[in-house]
Amino acid sequence: MSETTRRDALGAIAAMALAGPLEIASAQHVHQAVAADAKTAGVYRPKALNTHEFATLKSLCEIIVPGASKGSAAEFIDLLSSQNPEMSAIYTGGLAWLDRAMTREYSADFLTSKPEERTAMLDKLAYRKNETPDLAAGIKFFGWVRRMTVDAYYTSAAGIKEVGFKGNGAHAEFKVPQEAIDYAVKRSGL
Amino acid sequence: MFQITRSAPVADVVIIGSGAGGGTVTKVLADLGVSVTLLEAGPMLHPETDFKEHKWPYDYPHRGSGEGGASYFGRGRDFGWFSAHAGGWHLEGEPYTVAEGSKFQWFRSRIVGGRTNHYGRISLRYADYDLKPYSRDGVGTDWPISYEDIAPYYDKAESFIGITGSKEGIRSAPDGVFQPCPPPRVHEVLIKKAADKLGIPCIPNRLAVITKPTNGRAACHYCGECGRGCVSASNYSSSQVQVFPAMKTGRVNLITNAMARELITDSEGRVTAVSYIDKVTRTEKQVKCRTVVLAASCCESTRLLLNSRAPRHANGLANSSGAVGRYLTDNTGFSLGASLPALRGMPRHDSDGMGGAHLYIPWWLWDKKTDFPRGYHIELSGGYSMPGIGSYTGVANRVEGYGDSLKKAIYDEYGSRVSFAGRGEMIPNPDTYCEIDNNVVDKYGIPVLKFHFKWTDAELKQVEHMEKTFTDLIETMGGTVTRSSRPTDQKISIGGEIIHEVGSIRMGNDPKTSALNKYCQSHDVKNVFVADAAPFVSNPDKNPTLTICALAWRTAEYLAEEMRKGNV
Repeated sequence: MSETTRRDALGAIAAMALAGPLEIASAQHVHQAVAADAKTAGVYRPKALNTHEFATLKSLCEIIVPGASKGSAAEFIDLLSSQNPEMSAIYTGGLAWLDRAMTREYSADFLTSKPEERTAMLDKLAYRKNETPDLAAGIKFFGWVRRMTVDAYYTSAAGIKEVGFKGNGAHAEFKVPQEAIDYAVKRSGL
Repeated sequence: MFQITRSAPVADVVIIGSGAGGGTVTKVLADLGVSVTLLEAGPMLHPETDFKEHKWPYDYPHRGSGEGGASYFGRGRDFGWFSAHAGGWHLEGEPYTVAEGSKFQWFRSRIVGGRTNHYGRISLRYADYDLKPYSRDGVGTDWPISYEDIAPYYDKAESFIGITGSKEGIRSAPDGVFQPCPPPRVHEVLIKKAADKLGIPCIPNRLAVITKPTNGRAACHYCGECGRGCVSASNYSSSQVQVFPAMKTGRVNLITNAMARELITDSEGRVTAVSYIDKVTRTEKQVKCRTVVLAASCCESTRLLLNSRAPRHANGLANSSGAVGRYLTDNTGFSLGASLPALRGMPRHDSDGMGGAHLYIPWWLWDKKTDFPRGYHIELSGGYSMPGIGSYTGVANRVEGYGDSLKKAIYDEYGSRVSFAGRGEMIPNPDTYCEIDNNVVDKYGIPVLKFHFKWTDAELKQVEHMEKTFTDLIETMGGTVTRSSRPTDQKISIGGEIIHEVGSIRMGNDPKTSALNKYCQSHDVKNVFVADAAPFVSNPDKNPTLTICALAWRTAEYLAEEMRKGNV
């Protein structure tokens, strides 16, 4: 939501609410301004990673969180890496580790390997039961990608919608749906 | 070298700090026709541009993790990107030190409004017995005032600020002047049912949020993010609710970026001026005054008195008792949460409401025997909060894996967690105090505070009781608690972490054991008043801000009357 539209919306809320109970029209105003803002910009050019690294990261993010590209996960990681040498090193180093591990095992890097080979490698990194000392660096890297991909996706408009967050609105009255109360009370046995 | 500039006019009252205490004094004095000069160590607040109300994480390329993903490296903004605090646990160039063997954290907000721009807004009156702790259980010290002294000022503060709540008739949680509290959220309905079953009261919360238009402020619009600041001032912040309106009277001279350094006294020991650093030019300036009100926050006011040394008061100003710096306490803190199967799969809905719980649990065993003195109240959290950086790190780590199974786990757990936080009374002890660290100065050359802090058995036993209670509540709702095997002294909050520090310039009837009289006026220096939490004699199981406002209101009225009589 751009600064001006947000301020307009907030101003409208304040003006309406001062007069008395908040009108739903002003609440709608906020939602429309937010929706108008959700549009995304053009094609992203990687700033910290090279083309191969970025493509590998993109593919990795998508496997970890299907739909991650809708949340611009790889772009998020690359942008922050371009501002932070410490993070950049984690990703360039981690992606290189992954390619080397894939090549050693399957004679193909991550991007050119078969889908089942990729998942076989990721399974080794993702579950504690598969942990071996020689995988330590890869496991650590996988943790980074997973954490940041989850963050990127669920802080994007797509992820917020998917997880079902309905808030950040403006209402004259706060109401709790009875069906939700009934659902939880019944299941709780209280 | 600092260049010293003296401004000739003499201010009637200089107030140092614009938070809950300073804001209240400013408002009350301005309304009474008294002109004040308000010094604030931080810059001006501009709510419309400073507050991140209604912003989404995707409005920022870093989504809230900060430039370069700072939060991934433990360097993110304290309390998250969106908080309105304008401060933190550590301020660049303004250190504090902690004695060996102690742990302490000090949260400071340098901005007009101070910590009220972001605080939790829980507004609980102290109970009658809270003010007479020694008489009740032989521990600690009684306040020089009683509930009857402060009750009219609770009424005034609540009426003006606007507090939600309901009349309950519970002695540990005195009723006040309340606005309607919105209905409980689904998880709060479950908690109330579980509490009923366990015989624990669970009542509408008392939050400094208005649910009806009040004094020109719009009613809450239920976006659930009070901590980001509220452009429509539908919650209390001293900046928007007190300082800005008071400025419209023309009787407030607000000086921002003014870091108070020292109180200047004359040969009779009376304060004649406040010396401060103008942070913008790094020059020292002085503002002459008839009276001064310290409201810089408990510890910052303490630091200022201790740094105001002169031959006739070598231990700091207003400190012939030696009490300044001593009797410091924080509230105890302990939290426990769990995912409730009953909430999983619930129809999604907007659970934002006010920025805080709609119910809370007051201390309920005040007339029962426990193995620790005093008590605690319980704060509740849960619901579908706005997704942010780190929101799903916990669930992701618990389930391992990736792909659709990870997404399903995140979806299923979202909104199913409830959490309890206890806030309890700490008894002042001789090992907990602050003093000037003569080895360290801040970037303005002002000697810094050194903290000593120790929890005792009284607090540790209380936290064990919290853990058992929270476990009972969660299990009654069908949740599972994994109890930590860590010892209690590692489960309890770190000193200062709850940001309820009080007591280090305490009031009392005896000038030998207290620094201030019952009007928060210095025993030693009659034109020095304190209007933050430093005068508190004990730190009951209630968040201190409402009492800061009430006491500051009382102090301001007393000061105005004393000025009128020519006594100060």
